Amino acid sequence: MKKIINNPADVWEEMLRGLSFTHSDLVERLGETGVIYRKYEGKGKVGLVSGGGSGHEPSHAGFVGKGMLSAAVCGEVFTSPTPDQVFEAIKKADQGAGVLLIIKNYTGDVMNFEMAMEMAEMEDIKVEKVIVNDDIAVEDSTYTAGRRGVAGTVLVHKILGAAAEAGFSLEEIKALGEKVIDNIKTVGVAISPATVPAVGKPGFELADDEMEYGIGIHGEPGYRREKIKSSKEIAEELVSRLKEELNWKKGDRYGVFVNGLGGTPLMELYIFMNDVQEILSKEGLVFDYKKVASYMTSIEMAGLSLTLIKLEDEKWVEYLNQPVETAAWV
Amino acid sequence: MMLTVENTNAWLLSFADKLIENKEYLTDLDTAIGDGDHGNNMARGAKMIKDKLNSQDFSSVQDIFKAVAMALLSSVGGAAGPLYGSAFMGMAKQVATDDNSVDAVIKAGLESVQKRGKAVPGEKTMVDVWVPAVKALEEGKLSKDAIWEAVKSTKDMKATKGRASYLGDRSIGHIDPGATSSGYFFETLLDSNILD
Repeated sequence: MKKIINNPADVWEEMLRGLSFTHSDLVERLGETGVIYRKYEGKGKVGLVSGGGSGHEPSHAGFVGKGMLSAAVCGEVFTSPTPDQVFEAIKKADQGAGVLLIIKNYTGDVMNFEMAMEMAEMEDIKVEKVIVNDDIAVEDSTYTAGRRGVAGTVLVHKILGAAAEAGFSLEEIKALGEKVIDNIKTVGVAISPATVPAVGKPGFELADDEMEYGIGIHGEPGYRREKIKSSKEIAEELVSRLKEELNWKKGDRYGVFVNGLGGTPLMELYIFMNDVQEILSKEGLVFDYKKVASYMTSIEMAGLSLTLIKLEDEKWVEYLNQPVETAAWV
Repeated sequence: MMLTVENTNAWLLSFADKLIENKEYLTDLDTAIGDGDHGNNMARGAKMIKDKLNSQDFSSVQDIFKAVAMALLSSVGGAAGPLYGSAFMGMAKQVATDDNSVDAVIKAGLESVQKRGKAVPGEKTMVDVWVPAVKALEEGKLSKDAIWEAVKSTKDMKATKGRASYLGDRSIGHIDPGATSSGYFFETLLDSNILD
């Protein structure tokens, strides 16, 4: 393992210290917890809380600030945060209009956030949740824990953040969130694995000339492994997967988001975006929103994911473009 | 077959030691079919259990279970934190009732696990150890062989809950890490002589 760290056991603590030092104009760390909350209070507005294991930076703490999340709960690397910490985040985020939890669909995350919801309800805080499950690489069936939440989650943060800032009620934001989630689909590809510092070795192995489609952001297995292809060919594969799900027709309005997994340079992400736009233009889609960024990473995993959001409502474009004050969203 | 402050304390300290000793093994099992954090997470929880149990005197078994539940809930994370935390919560509630025999208490723990995680036997989870272990306890037949046989039975199962479910058929052939940590839970219960 080759990483710029100190003791692997201190990764979480030291990252949180560095993060809260760097962005002290926008956010604060709650005591010794993994809760990062925004300095802007948003009195009377619905609070948004998200979080999950660390290792996906800038998700989620980088999206805490005016216009996006009220607080993020950072767990240990690739490990869901604990219910008591999520509960602390809920208390911080509650500014009188209730709190919405935005949870990525992983068994641990869902259980810990739900336990925190129960704790908050006992203290008479209004809490609702939405569960993001945009990763189409896995079948959504009763035989799995359901589809995972990946890069599309950041778009959910952005749209709901704008709605919260605009003064939507908790019920309205939850309903909007569910509608948005239904229209977001993501699929990815990895060309090299990530190493959890405390584990010390890669979570899976890929030969030098191999790639795997559909790998999850914690290295969960994907749907197909093959020899590495050109960006164009990868784009064709991922777009065709997404088309099966979204069944678009000429003239449909879409947002497209190319997300880097941590170890892939922006240069390659732009090359990939160029291929995606050529394919999707031939399909006759209209792009009302575009984004290339490494927002939902998997430590140093090399690879990317492609997210498409069907823009059912033109308001969503407005929400995506609304300026925010966060560490990471540009 | 009674839980006392002394024997419960000793049991859970040795459970914690077992988790710490087997941290790497649990991580290896979890790397094969999950996300490789079970060993570290349970070891972190185990350290917290030891800190709590060694730093104060408890006046009831219920207080011990409550302290262990909170230690696990606040330190483990992942899916194991809420599942084991819920188990100890359920056990804490049951042990304060008139029906506080070991098998009734452990059974209450199992019910809490299933309520939280919604798993049934055969899904390659800790429930595949807890269900046969509770049955064996009720029949007075809990043995190490029975415990580890239950742990090993998860090897041939296909995971349909938790992160391993994404592997589908490829989860077959690997022992479940949560079932294994539960194996230590029951093994140390046997070793603690609580059942004698």
